[in-house]
Amino acid sequence: MSEAVPSPTRSPWRRRGLLLAPVAVAGLAGAGFYAMLRGLGTGRYDPRGVPSALIGKPAPDFTLPPLEGADRPGLAAADLKTGRPVLVNFFASWCVPCVIEHPQLMRMAREGVPIFGIAYKDKPEDSLRFLKQHGTPYARLGTDQPGRVAIDWGLYGVPETYLIDGAGIIRWRMAGPVTEEILADQLTPLLRRGA
Amino acid sequence: MIPEIGHFALALALALALVQAVVGMVGAQRADARLMAATPALAAGLLVTIAAAFACLVWAYVANDTTVLNVVQNSHSAKPLLYKISGAWGNHEGSMLLWVLILALCGGAVAAFGTNLPSALQARVLAVLALVALGFLGFILGTSNPFQRIWPPPLDGQGLNPVLQDPGLAFHPPLLYLGYVGFAVTYAFAVAALIEGRVDAAWGRWVRPWALAAWSFLTLGIALGSWWAYYELGWGGYWFWDPVENASLMPWLAGCALLHSAIVVEKREALKTWTVFLALLAFGMSLLGTFLVRSGVLNSVHAFANDPARGTVILILLTLYIGGGFLLFAWRAQAMLPTGVFTPISREGALVLNNLLLCSIAAVVLVGTLYPMFADLVLGEKFSVGPPFFNTAILPLAVPLVGAMALGPVLSWKRARLFPALQRLWWAALAGLGALALCLALEGQRIGPALGFGAAAWTILAAMADIADRIALFSRPRAAWARAKGLPRAAWGGALAHAGLGVMILGLAGMGLATDTLRLVRPGESVALAGLDYRLVSLADAPGPNFSARRATVEVRDGSRLVTTLMPERRSFPLARMTTTEAAIHTTWLSDLYVVLGEEREGGAVLRIHNNPLAPWIWLGGAIMALGGGLSLSDRRMRVSAPAVRPVKAGARA
Repeated sequence: MSEAVPSPTRSPWRRRGLLLAPVAVAGLAGAGFYAMLRGLGTGRYDPRGVPSALIGKPAPDFTLPPLEGADRPGLAAADLKTGRPVLVNFFASWCVPCVIEHPQLMRMAREGVPIFGIAYKDKPEDSLRFLKQHGTPYARLGTDQPGRVAIDWGLYGVPETYLIDGAGIIRWRMAGPVTEEILADQLTPLLRRGA
Repeated sequence: MIPEIGHFALALALALALVQAVVGMVGAQRADARLMAATPALAAGLLVTIAAAFACLVWAYVANDTTVLNVVQNSHSAKPLLYKISGAWGNHEGSMLLWVLILALCGGAVAAFGTNLPSALQARVLAVLALVALGFLGFILGTSNPFQRIWPPPLDGQGLNPVLQDPGLAFHPPLLYLGYVGFAVTYAFAVAALIEGRVDAAWGRWVRPWALAAWSFLTLGIALGSWWAYYELGWGGYWFWDPVENASLMPWLAGCALLHSAIVVEKREALKTWTVFLALLAFGMSLLGTFLVRSGVLNSVHAFANDPARGTVILILLTLYIGGGFLLFAWRAQAMLPTGVFTPISREGALVLNNLLLCSIAAVVLVGTLYPMFADLVLGEKFSVGPPFFNTAILPLAVPLVGAMALGPVLSWKRARLFPALQRLWWAALAGLGALALCLALEGQRIGPALGFGAAAWTILAAMADIADRIALFSRPRAAWARAKGLPRAAWGGALAHAGLGVMILGLAGMGLATDTLRLVRPGESVALAGLDYRLVSLADAPGPNFSARRATVEVRDGSRLVTTLMPERRSFPLARMTTTEAAIHTTWLSDLYVVLGEEREGGAVLRIHNNPLAPWIWLGGAIMALGGGLSLSDRRMRVSAPAVRPVKAGARA
């Protein structure tokens, strides 16, 4: 039955359009929310992430002593300019998410990606025990026991990983563990492009 | 054993909800009297089963059953009983269960009090409510089971977040949910009306009490939450435009518009399409809030422990209920034609203006809340939208809203003349302008608080003028008492709620003049603020039941007279490894003296001292608004049967 006579002052199409507007707006918002939820899973959308002010800038200057007994050289800003992309990873033995990301670091190291580690606010013997237990992915390893270098880098927490290109410019930052998904979706493509 | 009973009761409730939805819809469609008569009984059954499940969860908390994962994560044997009980809904799973319990309560109320509803409408409303319950029960059972067991059981639980161990917060969620879920009932009425293709005065009369009740509870819930933030978080503020606060404000604004436009439907059979839209919108906004808080898509102090899988399920439910409702609206709302006509200057016209302004404010809040999220998604840029945006965008909308709010009730229906109406309010207008000028003179060029004081005087006095006018207080004072008794409670309630907003604005304006200072003070030293002298007497340890505290003793003197002794604390909860600040507040009703104890160093302590003029009136205003809603709800007209349903004039039969 189509007895519904539209009011004479307004065209029926305009009325229909107005009535459809809520569905359209809700639909668009819904699609956006869906994309956010997908992004949460892959790490592309992170409401808690804080943008690093250092992206696109050279890494801050620093020199860190090596970790005694780890059999790796220490780390300084000059070591970052290798002509190829490198990763700088802040970690600590007391940090649980560091254990989660460790297998990914080990795999990248086996695939030949240079990873430089910085032990953050950690006792040397604890760092050593951590590396003995889980393996050492780091080509160079500095200790930042007072956490002073971390301040210059704007460290948000551990673990935190930076990608530095061949010219020593910071290109990418991950605050939190590098998971399988982040490795596959973000880091590997960047490394392939040579950052 | 008891958790299993609860789990089983939930599964049973799911089945009952499915049956209720099917029986109600099919019964109403086929006009089958037996099927339609079965729906209220099924709604009662749903209520009983969900209540049983909820009781089982509360039992697990009270008995501190550490084989239940939810209890382990959120409770502890050393917690006071009140917080053991409130802990049951202080977490994601339990709060969802409370949500469906309140939904079932609403369904039970529609079944019990809706005996005068046309049976097809009642059956459809109950069926829609059951559909909503079905989705959320499925969500609880599928992704958020509160009765999950853990084996072997830990020795004791991990404790409730200490910030949440507070009487104000124990009742904040239930009140909020009463509001959110109350809008599920108006939503169900709107969907039923769309299916039937008919909205009339009787429909407006049934919807209005539900909108009013939901709005009143939401008002109380928001006010309580804001008060809690004020005294517990110790930031000295009361509203932070946090996304989660906004999520509760949006349904409040939409519901506020709804309860006003439902009056027009009831009295004048106009604004039907719009009212149905608002009913859909109010519930949509409630669900949007649920999604934002629980899915993890936004960054907020309030967000529950979240999980994208849960977010996906809530998004599916949102699509079904909001998307489905709006689709039905686009398809069926054509059939609704207004019968009442009115000129722009009339009671209806004022209510339309109210609706437009309230919805514009809701749109501003919505945009301000969602914009950072969408900017992050689309542009990959991080920024936050803070108080400056909301304050500047809302002020130009709030000023005409408050201006028209006082005027609306004194206009007559259909066609009114502005000048006689203004004549009745001249002294309120004068007082408002006087307050504005006085504040500008005393406080200098601070336009915000001055506008606030002016608006508060105007609103409160106009509400009084309206009542005085209706009972003929000045023209025939002898008959005034008799007329006051005869005046419908809805009129009293409306005026009271409007005055309540005025009181709240008074508090907000006062807080606009708040001052504070931060100082390192050693025992014996003192700080001066707003004419008072705050002297730190001592710093000491003070043990508590499940925390240890550091307590400062601060004497507040006005000249030589001791006003009060304040004892702010910093509590540390060893179990949760958290510290909380307990602000010490003394209210003189004209002002709140508010002291927070910060960190200690160099033999002294950092004290943050606030002088908050008129602060308590913000929440008292909220309570008065809710009271006005309740008074209006107790009106006889809301309870007696609605006028007989008129025959359908133009409407497609479904």
